[in-house]
Amino acid sequence: MSVRLPIALPYAVPAETAPEVPLRALDTVWIQLTGTLCNIACRHCFITCGPKEERVPMMSAAAVSAALDDAERLGVREIYFTGGEPMLHPDFFALCARTLERFPLTVLTNGILIGRDEAARLRALFDGSPWSFELRVSLDGMSADENDPVRGRGTFDETVAGIRALAAAGVSPTITVVEHAEGMSAADARARFLAFVRSLGLGQPRVKFLPLLRIGREERRTHGYRDDDLDCLRAPLLDGIADQLVCATSRLVTAGGVLTCPILLDAPGARVGASLDEARRPIRLRWAACRTCVAEGLSCNT
Amino acid sequence: MQHLRRAAVFGGVYNNSHALVATLADAERRGCTARYCLGDLGGFGPHPDRVFPLLLDAHVAVVQGNYDHSIGHALADCGCGYTDPRDNHYARLSYDYTLRKTSESWRPMLRALPPQRREQWGTQRVVMAHGSPRRVNEFLWESTSPDAFLARLLDEAEADVLLVTHTGIPWQRRLRDGRLVVNVGAIGRPANDGRTEVWYAVLESDGREVSAELVPVAYDWRTLAREMRDEGICDEFIETVETGWWTTCLEILPAKERARGRH
Repeated sequence: MSVRLPIALPYAVPAETAPEVPLRALDTVWIQLTGTLCNIACRHCFITCGPKEERVPMMSAAAVSAALDDAERLGVREIYFTGGEPMLHPDFFALCARTLERFPLTVLTNGILIGRDEAARLRALFDGSPWSFELRVSLDGMSADENDPVRGRGTFDETVAGIRALAAAGVSPTITVVEHAEGMSAADARARFLAFVRSLGLGQPRVKFLPLLRIGREERRTHGYRDDDLDCLRAPLLDGIADQLVCATSRLVTAGGVLTCPILLDAPGARVGASLDEARRPIRLRWAACRTCVAEGLSCNT
Repeated sequence: MQHLRRAAVFGGVYNNSHALVATLADAERRGCTARYCLGDLGGFGPHPDRVFPLLLDAHVAVVQGNYDHSIGHALADCGCGYTDPRDNHYARLSYDYTLRKTSESWRPMLRALPPQRREQWGTQRVVMAHGSPRRVNEFLWESTSPDAFLARLLDEAEADVLLVTHTGIPWQRRLRDGRLVVNVGAIGRPANDGRTEVWYAVLESDGREVSAELVPVAYDWRTLAREMRDEGICDEFIETVETGWWTTCLEILPAKERARGRH
């Protein structure tokens, strides 16, 4: 393991004026299955994941099971597996099966590790559970020219191969696209992307566009948040906004404790407890990335 | 409600007066002595004003849906809770039509509908809500409502029986502790099952336990489709009436429910 300096995401606004968000209900639990370990190193990755990034360690199968038990006791509605690349976890399929016995599950993946066998196993998991099993595959362009400068050389072909394998197995993932260039989520661009995804063989194509988060590696690729972007974090939120935020209904479980959300993985102040029970308290929106959820209505949920 | 034996509970009328007439007749035939509607009187279909007198004449107790709240207050949109732009595009077409065609005189009635109902059926505490007891536009799908989550909703609502609609697809589940959750579906459009019938629930109480039967209702969908065409309602909605498969508002469906449909 290479030695990495920890990345500490700083506070962007003072606590006194930062908006407070109560946990309205703990409906969603995100599980940082592989920590920061990923098989690729996207240049817009807001939590700086990669093949040598092990600063947030992988979770043990026992820790995942304990989180699922807590979640069930607290009446959680749904589970998300994220990373890094969750499919790098040696017990990935077993953990999916264990989760799907009790909860709907969504897995966020780049699809690169999905070949014919993996697609068949995912299909069997889908068929074998009464609960919904959603896959979200990240792809940031309709060609290697659009996608690879951001996600890495060769990743377009590898991800498309994964999507085709899923399609052949009868699994219909949601394709998630980060708007890393101007105009990617305009109405006509969305329609083109949907047609492209259909052309890969998906019968019921779904596409979800996500705004850029200007932290982590993205801060170096383009730029971070500008100070005047953050005015919305210096006053109380408008009515109804707090209710809609991801942090109003979810928490992130990692090998190092429970955090407010999957975006603030590198924010020491976003750790809200050692367990889900402890983590059910209000938080304050003190980080620049909170601006994206407040101002652009970002919802990580499918 | 001590003497209640059978009750008809339906939701999502969506301007479908033909299905409403057929549902009320079916409930009568089955010996239902009470009738409840869990909201969303408008949307999707033609001639919104036609369903209100039918509901009043049949003494249906109506809970307010997001649509009824929005139309009653003439809000800018239906508040359905969709997140995808394509879902919202079709929701807008349907909302703008219903808002324009609902007479001013009905709006106070829509505004005054209660957000939920609580009743005691024998020993059972029954809660009726539109989406869920905590949120009018929450989608309680079968595949995304695990048992522990439903138990929490029932605890928080202090209910033994929970009746909801909003998703348009019916299901029911008896929890291990005996409590019951029923999504009664919608009578305004088919349930994405390839059938032209629509669904509602017949609840039965013996004073100690409540049970539910989900019931399909055939209605005059050809006349409905013709009226929709005459009103210039979009072809995608008419196709759903004629085929039983959803063509719009698909993005909100969980993968499990979506995979069962054609589109």
